[in-house]
Amino acid sequence: MHNIRNFGIIAHIDHGKSTLADRLIQKAGLVDDRHFRDQILDSMDIERERGITIKSQAITLPYVSRKGEKFDLNLIDTPGHVDFSYEVSRALASCEGVLLLVDASQGVEAQTLANLYAAMEHNLTIVPVINKIDLPSADIDRTKEQIEADLGLDPEEAILCSAKDGIGIDEVLEAIVARIPPPKGGEDEPLKALIFDAVYDPFRGAVICCRVFTGTLRPGEIICLMSTNARYKVEEVGIFHLTRQSRPSLSAGEVGYIIAGIKAVRDTRIGDTVTLADRRADTPLPGFKKAKPVVFSSIYPISSEDYPSLAEALDKYVLNDAALTFQKDSSAALGMGFRCGFLGLLHLEIVQERLEREFNQSIILTVPSVLYKFELTSGETITIDNPIDYPDPAKIKRSFEPYIRASILIPERYMGVVMPLCLERRGVNSRFHYPTPGRIEIQFDMPLAEVIYDFYDRLKTVTQGYGSFDYELLDHREGDLVKLDILVNGEKVDALSQIVHRERARHRALQACDRLKEEIPRHLFKIAIQGAIGGQIIARSTVSPFRKDVTAKCYGGDITRKRKLLEKQKRGKKRMKMIGSVTIPQSAFVAVLKSEED
Amino acid sequence: LIPGLYIHVPFCKSKCPYCGFYSVTDLSLIPRWISALAREISLYQGTFQAFDTLYLGGGTPSVLSPAEIERILEAVLQSFSLLPGAEITIEVNPGDVAREEAEALKAIGFNRISLGAQSFHEDALDFLGRRHSVRAALEAFETLRAAGFHNIGMDLIYGFEALPPWAWKATLDRAIGLRPSHLSCYQLSVEKGTPFCGLNSQGRIRRQTETRLRGLFLFTSRRLSECGYIHYEVSNFARDATSFSRHNRKYWSHAPYLGLGPSAHSFQGAVRWWNVRSVEAYCRALEGGQAPVEDREVLDQGQMKLESLGLGLRTIDGVPLSCLPNEAASAHVLRRLSDAGLIEIRNRRARPTLEGLAVADGLPLAMMPPDRAQCG
Repeated sequence: MHNIRNFGIIAHIDHGKSTLADRLIQKAGLVDDRHFRDQILDSMDIERERGITIKSQAITLPYVSRKGEKFDLNLIDTPGHVDFSYEVSRALASCEGVLLLVDASQGVEAQTLANLYAAMEHNLTIVPVINKIDLPSADIDRTKEQIEADLGLDPEEAILCSAKDGIGIDEVLEAIVARIPPPKGGEDEPLKALIFDAVYDPFRGAVICCRVFTGTLRPGEIICLMSTNARYKVEEVGIFHLTRQSRPSLSAGEVGYIIAGIKAVRDTRIGDTVTLADRRADTPLPGFKKAKPVVFSSIYPISSEDYPSLAEALDKYVLNDAALTFQKDSSAALGMGFRCGFLGLLHLEIVQERLEREFNQSIILTVPSVLYKFELTSGETITIDNPIDYPDPAKIKRSFEPYIRASILIPERYMGVVMPLCLERRGVNSRFHYPTPGRIEIQFDMPLAEVIYDFYDRLKTVTQGYGSFDYELLDHREGDLVKLDILVNGEKVDALSQIVHRERARHRALQACDRLKEEIPRHLFKIAIQGAIGGQIIARSTVSPFRKDVTAKCYGGDITRKRKLLEKQKRGKKRMKMIGSVTIPQSAFVAVLKSEED
Repeated sequence: LIPGLYIHVPFCKSKCPYCGFYSVTDLSLIPRWISALAREISLYQGTFQAFDTLYLGGGTPSVLSPAEIERILEAVLQSFSLLPGAEITIEVNPGDVAREEAEALKAIGFNRISLGAQSFHEDALDFLGRRHSVRAALEAFETLRAAGFHNIGMDLIYGFEALPPWAWKATLDRAIGLRPSHLSCYQLSVEKGTPFCGLNSQGRIRRQTETRLRGLFLFTSRRLSECGYIHYEVSNFARDATSFSRHNRKYWSHAPYLGLGPSAHSFQGAVRWWNVRSVEAYCRALEGGQAPVEDREVLDQGQMKLESLGLGLRTIDGVPLSCLPNEAASAHVLRRLSDAGLIEIRNRRARPTLEGLAVADGLPLAMMPPDRAQCG
């Protein structure tokens, strides 16, 4: 066991985590250069395209140290986005140490800080690594200063590397062996293995990714998942070498997988403890939480006849993503659909993209919402996540919305543009501190609803990409919440309704009307778009009608070309929704979320 | 339904930069092409028997000599018959008809002329790259009439900045003054693969704005109606119902037609096929005893209906409501379009109004809701 090292890589987005992982994998010789492709751990297309890691995965790297000793280095990849902070924490709980990656030209960012706290929380050995030292804009001295001042780490311990050019990779590997402690835990104790991820294999069902803390597990044994007490017979165990390699057993300290005829990923819970049914551990490993959605939106098929197909797709989808919750929903405008809960807006976008791409669904998502609480005159308090359930205003005594603590790290010169942005988003209780000269960390308490829309995009824009952002959920706080309705040619489109703070209602209404005006194609008649609270119209815009098309001739009998054009337009129309006599494209439902400045 | 025969003459003395129809300027290929055409005609002997329209289009059929045209007609009559009273049309370029040619065409048996006048405004003719003058167009008309042609149609193009509104009005009035039996008034459209298409992407083709195009379109229709013309298709006007283009209406109503010559399309039953778009490939195929067909398609019922919508809504006949894929689902939009004054629903047919014809290409889709959803 002392020849095992379990480690993760944590970094702010774009600081080169996947590239470093790639180099380590190449160094281990698990894949020859010819078959290598970038970001090899990011096996989903979306991950590679967006350059982010959605699902964590693990890999065992064989390594021979400079002293000639053989090691198994278990790299546990962690998702790099704040939406997935719980998954990150479970992955970190499976490690003894982490490489904390800092971009030499960007320096320490908000997520770097958040990651550091997370790693400290698990009492991990932290190895700072300064990446991208080859870039012309690299400022190693300043990055070291930030490591010392912002992170409180010894800058002299930082390893300099360029994952892209393969510089310093040997040093990184040696540091893993030398500085990160080997795992502890008895092989003969009762089994305790932490589930940090699960992936779906269409032939084998859910494949549990886990870290064994104590005990040993062999095929044929009966395991018990401690949070649900569900029992399964183990079919196979093994480790990850890019592909699965089966082994006779998994023992304390090791990281690997379990296949046990578990049907779906949702039957497993990240953070749960696996033990043996006939020799149970007394207590589960600490830190298990059920993933709780914070952002809600409804998903509707564009064509109502595709509802059964969407239902099937969602059932299949959650085989591989246990964090998504869904239940039946229906809308007057959009028909039958599902109310879904997401970990955050990025999670929502990923679900949408994967449903469209991998499951071939044409879907519409409604305006994302958060969990609101209403105290009614009857004394009852209700919690709602869907504007459709907004109570009769006359019966509302007080309303509450969730708040977050936002941490924003920016170069000081952007203070003047970030402050108004935060205040406009109803940020309160600002606090500042200056970790290093020239940089400032701003903390604000802000309504979550103000952040889920486009806050991060706006922050990136106003700070020209230098601003970084992280948040944690606080509590529900009182606010004057109203329901904003959108009417198209006088017909209320319930799927576009949103709950907003009264102060922001007019702004939101104008924004929605303007965006819809751009998204709804011109029709053969005039279209009025209105924003209303109760019966009162507070914003409006108009789509002027189409007045003349330059009609091509229809001669020579080449009707085929004309029909093909019609067929193409017809297909395009399939991706639209009919509200009254107005056709609304799918994009319009998403567009109301984006701000006009984009 | 009696089929029509179309022969595509793929030759022009010069290419007009806006025209998307297939033609070449190497006139030395004409004799070889005529031999190939004669072979193609004989290939369809038996498949088609009799036609009540023959349309010699192009290209510029009038680049052919009367003798060459006569040879084509002879070949046609060797394999097929033309029914009594058949409409026999030839497209003529104004510069190509002196009295002699006009009389020859009459003698060969043509009874309808489509004259490519395009404009009676010099700047417009320049812009369109036409090789004739206003004077030549007027003279050609008079010459044809003098040769005994009573059924003369004229093509005119408008809707671009080189032809200001007053000049279009003058052009139209000049055309009306000639009392042609038929007028085709096209708004300039930019066709793929033409020089105008390239210029357009550089912003150098200046068409008028949508509102102005609409104004010009409505003006054209109202002016011509006032003078007794029937606006029977988006771009087509006839002095009376007997002067509708019988041949073109076949295209718009799924009547069978045989198209011969490079790039020509044919339709019979539910099959459409079309020839290769190359004189060289066309001749080579026929010289080798092969039909010069590039491809074919068999239309299913949905496609037939979609075409009927696309074509029918461009004509005053409109379409039967049964052409809609889901008539019940369309009820709401039909009412909306009817309230907006774009269509009229009578006797289970939807007919476009004048305002409807202005947006005729948008009507089929507007009449088909993508999915039904009620709103609360």
